Amino acid sequence: MNNPQTVDFIRWIVVLPLLGAAFNFLLGATLQKKLGRFAVSITGCGVVIASFALAVAAFLRMLELVPSQRFLLDDLWRWFDIGGLRLDIAFWLDPLSIVMTLIVTGVGGLIHLYSTGYMHEDPSYWRFFAWLNLFTFAMLTLVLADNLWLMFVGWEGVGLCSFALIGFWYTDQVNTSAGNKAFIFNRVGDWAFVVALYSLFSGLSKVGHPTLIIREIARYAPLLGTQHAYAGISVATFVTLLLFLGATGKSAQIPLFAWLPDAMAGPTPVSALIHAATMVTAGVYMIARLNFLFSMAPLTMLVVATIGAVTALFAATIGITQNDIKRVLAYSTISQLGYMFVGVGVGAYTAGVFHLMTHAFFKACLFLGSGSVIHALGGEQDMRRMGGLWHKLPVTFWTFLVATLAICGIPPFAGFMSKDEIIWSAFDTGHPWIWSLLWIAAGLTAFYMFRQVYMTFFGEFRGTDEQAHHLHEAPPSMSAVLVVLGLLSFAGGAVMLPRFIATFSPFEVFLAPVFDSPQTLAVTAQTHHQGLEGYFAALSLLLVAAGWLLADLTYRRKILSADRMSRFLAGVPYTLSFHKYYVDELYDYAVVRPYMMATRAAGWFDLHIIDGLVNLAAATTVLGSWLSGLFDNYVVDGLVNLAADATLAAGGRLRRLQTGSINGYLYGLLAAVMVILLVRAVLHT
Amino acid sequence: MNHPLTLITFIPLIGMALILVCPPAFKAGYKWIAAATTLPQLIIAGWLVHNFSTNTAGIQFVERYPWIRAYHIFYFMGVDGISISMVLLTAIICFISVFASFSIEHGEKGYYALLMLLDTGMMGVFVALDFFLFYIFWEVMLLPMYFLIGIWGGPRREYAAIKFFLYTLLGSVLILLVMLGLYYYGVTPTFDMTQLAAQSSSYSMTFQRICWVALFIGFAIKIPAFPFHTWLPDAHVEAPTAISVILAGVLLKMGTYGILRVNYAILPAASHELAWFFLGVIGTVNIVYGAMVAMAQTDYKKLVAYSSISHMGYVMLGMASFTAAGINGAVLQMFNHGTITAMLFILVGVIYDRAHHREINGFGGLAQQMPLYTGITGLAFFAALGLPGLSAFISEVLVLIGAWQRHPVMTVFGAGTAILTAAYLLWCFQRIYLGRLDEKYASLPDLSLREGFTLVPLAVIVIVLGWYPHAILGLLQTSLNHLNRVVLAATPAQAVALH
Amino acid sequence: MAGLTLNHFLVLGLILFLLGGYCVLARRNAIGILLGIELILNAANINYVAFSFYGGQAAKYDGQVFAIFVIMLAAAEAVIGLAIVLAIYQNLRTIDVSATESLSG
Repeated sequence: MNNPQTVDFIRWIVVLPLLGAAFNFLLGATLQKKLGRFAVSITGCGVVIASFALAVAAFLRMLELVPSQRFLLDDLWRWFDIGGLRLDIAFWLDPLSIVMTLIVTGVGGLIHLYSTGYMHEDPSYWRFFAWLNLFTFAMLTLVLADNLWLMFVGWEGVGLCSFALIGFWYTDQVNTSAGNKAFIFNRVGDWAFVVALYSLFSGLSKVGHPTLIIREIARYAPLLGTQHAYAGISVATFVTLLLFLGATGKSAQIPLFAWLPDAMAGPTPVSALIHAATMVTAGVYMIARLNFLFSMAPLTMLVVATIGAVTALFAATIGITQNDIKRVLAYSTISQLGYMFVGVGVGAYTAGVFHLMTHAFFKACLFLGSGSVIHALGGEQDMRRMGGLWHKLPVTFWTFLVATLAICGIPPFAGFMSKDEIIWSAFDTGHPWIWSLLWIAAGLTAFYMFRQVYMTFFGEFRGTDEQAHHLHEAPPSMSAVLVVLGLLSFAGGAVMLPRFIATFSPFEVFLAPVFDSPQTLAVTAQTHHQGLEGYFAALSLLLVAAGWLLADLTYRRKILSADRMSRFLAGVPYTLSFHKYYVDELYDYAVVRPYMMATRAAGWFDLHIIDGLVNLAAATTVLGSWLSGLFDNYVVDGLVNLAADATLAAGGRLRRLQTGSINGYLYGLLAAVMVILLVRAVLHT
Repeated sequence: MNHPLTLITFIPLIGMALILVCPPAFKAGYKWIAAATTLPQLIIAGWLVHNFSTNTAGIQFVERYPWIRAYHIFYFMGVDGISISMVLLTAIICFISVFASFSIEHGEKGYYALLMLLDTGMMGVFVALDFFLFYIFWEVMLLPMYFLIGIWGGPRREYAAIKFFLYTLLGSVLILLVMLGLYYYGVTPTFDMTQLAAQSSSYSMTFQRICWVALFIGFAIKIPAFPFHTWLPDAHVEAPTAISVILAGVLLKMGTYGILRVNYAILPAASHELAWFFLGVIGTVNIVYGAMVAMAQTDYKKLVAYSSISHMGYVMLGMASFTAAGINGAVLQMFNHGTITAMLFILVGVIYDRAHHREINGFGGLAQQMPLYTGITGLAFFAALGLPGLSAFISEVLVLIGAWQRHPVMTVFGAGTAILTAAYLLWCFQRIYLGRLDEKYASLPDLSLREGFTLVPLAVIVIVLGWYPHAILGLLQTSLNHLNRVVLAATPAQAVALH
Repeated sequence: MAGLTLNHFLVLGLILFLLGGYCVLARRNAIGILLGIELILNAANINYVAFSFYGGQAAKYDGQVFAIFVIMLAAAEAVIGLAIVLAIYQNLRTIDVSATESLSG
């Protein structure tokens, strides 16, 4: 890890989708009008496929290196260098990021192809591909960033694309509100994320290594030691707790999960790519990426595992009562993400990443399958108005079924390998109660997934006649993608077989260099119960089978009544689950409304108090000047006028003396002389 | 070029003279004279940036001639890292605002003449290094602004113009008093800012504190900092588009620039002591309060005005941090805020020119009718809410990363406001651009070529600085780090009690 | 000249002054008044010259110089006075001063 090999092609993996996005944003509308959708599809899909090809090439090149040297760095330019914070725009590939890159470009490429069929009728076809490409760019930035700030660029960038694609059909404000909700929930998480970075940077600065470059953090993290941040919490714990809060926003975990179900308002390929396969797994990826930091914080690890397990169960209990085909999958995604968090939370990082990968396969397959159903039914999403579709949509049905078996964890499908690994790890590392939560959730998963399969593909068709008339299998562009994903859901788990079956796990070996820091090894070494794994797998399967059976009895054979079950305990559990435990309402009343009131109060305060004071000051000045005006008019000016009046009056009197008679004046003169003489005479005697 | 700073400052005055002598028959020519005046200014600004040496914290392109010898007043101009970015920003914003002014339809002669005078005043403030000269430019800028709002403004223009004028004048008076105080109480009476900075420790601490607070109030009115901010929404709402652009793009920066140039450089000890409250706490209040009040607005322009107040809070918070990251981030934020808010006000102007109102709730679905306009608005909005990859992100991050090391609690609030910002901007975007298109607006044309010409360069700057902030940071760094060290080194104990 | 003393001149001046004064006060004819004024001025002149002649060496010619000034002044005064009288006559066809009361305030 010390001396990553410098290469200059990784940038193209990232930049190609950006070029595609720029191309379609700037020229897409015109091209679509002039040359047709084909021109848009070529660039839109082409860049992602080219990216994938490059990623494969990089992967092959990496395999040629000895495992401990598998780090490739592509440094583009100095981003900023201020106050010791020296960051580059640089991308690096290591075993973890190449796995993620292959998933993003591979599954992403398939979903791009699928979209050429799914979105074909949409007038804003170009815009869809532009955003999808931009998303791929942002996700790859997140994955390949060599420092945490660049990772954050991708982190928020995917949020932006998610926002734009959820509200893709923006003429309906329900969709745009869902987009806003997603962005704002993510922002809450992002807030925690950035504060974590500030704190981490400041902590590392104190030990003399101001850096946010991931590989350097890995080297210097142990120096943080027991440095305290606040109230006796170590920096590592503080930082990782905040990072995890950030992850709950991006990966839809308690307490910030409420946006994901609403995000289903976006087109189905978006749900598949962003809200199932890639973006929402970013939180898991981030924790795996920073495993050396999380491993230093046992408290955080416990929180991560606990939140993951609780979310897994919580979301599963909501999933069993939903009727919207995509919402069921959304809750299932939340639940499965919970599993991944348990994986990374108990120190089974490889298992968490493994489940991330298999989940990307089968959940993309499920979403795209549901998209195919929705497409066939002309936009219908309510499972109560579906049914009996399996012979009309055979490809969709079989791939959907494969993916369902995978998600339920039925061997030998991919999901079994990864999910079982996590469930077992939870027990193995000494968290039996987490294991029990996951175990129940696995049963519920089987129930709601088969409930979905039965409601959608079995029984009588319950839609309108017109829909029945137009039922058709998806075009090849879509069904081919389903088949590929179906195959991956089936076989994708073969890269890491459970230890009780065989010691064949190239995936684990490949990722091992990523998880080799001393502190991580200290955590992963905590295993207690070797040898019991097979029994626990059987135990899980038992419950899964029970869930399947229950769904089968209720929704296919209709021996059990769903209504009667829902009335169990006066319908309270059902109502709670159906209304998603009123979490949205809780947020609405506890956060949104009080905040809106606060903003209105602030607006009022600003207008009437602060500005009121300003205007009052102005009014006071005006009043003062009016008063001083009065004073001026009547007092100051009055005195002046008084003087003038007095002069005038005196003049009026005195002018009488001016008779005009010269004789008079002369006598006056004489008299005056006499008087003067007289006075003189008197004074001198 | 021998006197680039004199040239860049006074070129607009030549333009003003030309406009004034131009006979009314060539009415259409006024705007082109204005454009032809601001273009060389922009070119000189580019030349300055290109020839600016980033290795020194000293003052460059100095022009220093005695002016009024009896009072030691010099014609002293120069730029350093603190002002060079502002000179560039002013040149860009002025150039663009001329084109944003083309929709002015009456009294063009007066309008463009005043605009040119305003340009000179603003440029002068950023290049003057003699306090007296600085003050003169500061006042020169005030008058044209008053008339530009008061004559070419909206329905309540007189009220807004008077409010702006009186408020700013109040600040000016305080600055004037401090200027005279520094002159008369200095060991050597001088208005030379570098000299004043050199002799700063000779002022008594109490005197420094009084001066600092008075100056702060003077500059805070311009920023505008809570609670001196209420003139801004009124001025913005009434001002014509181009004037709003200049107001938000350049004028507000003068407040924070003044604090750096005068408070920090001349009174470092007092800055060290007082900044945590006056810049830190008030800056944080600005951030949070501005965002909350913005959410409550129904007038598009008022919303942008309050968002502008909120974003200026980051500049203050960064300055209060006294870390290299914080203070550089603050000045970068000044630049970014200038470009982004300018964009936002142009965008508000675009829709106001077409629909003749600004009620946020009165729109809807404009994206359908005006896709290009909506796209650029989206870019500007996301830039304003600090989306990574766009310019404001870098500056806000630098500010907060710096602030965290000194004021963690304020930083948490500052960072948290990003959520509130996202909330009000997205909500506003949703109400205006998304949803079903109102029939009333089904015939609005999309951006015109001229409007595109004003917006696209700014958009390019916003994107480029998100990925290559070094373009601006490189200019600032040396000077700001030096200033920061000076302030950090200055402690109250160093101030000798002379008086 | 031995018989003549200062007193003789003063008495002469006094007589002239009284004649002039009477003339000024008693005559209604404007020209008569002017003549009276001339008499008064000349009475003053006699006094000046007399005091000058009999006065000490310190101010030997002062009185004479003053007298010449007064003569010149009297001439000027007579010119202006006669001009006014002429103007009055042209307006009022009389030079009786009791008729010229239009200057009354």
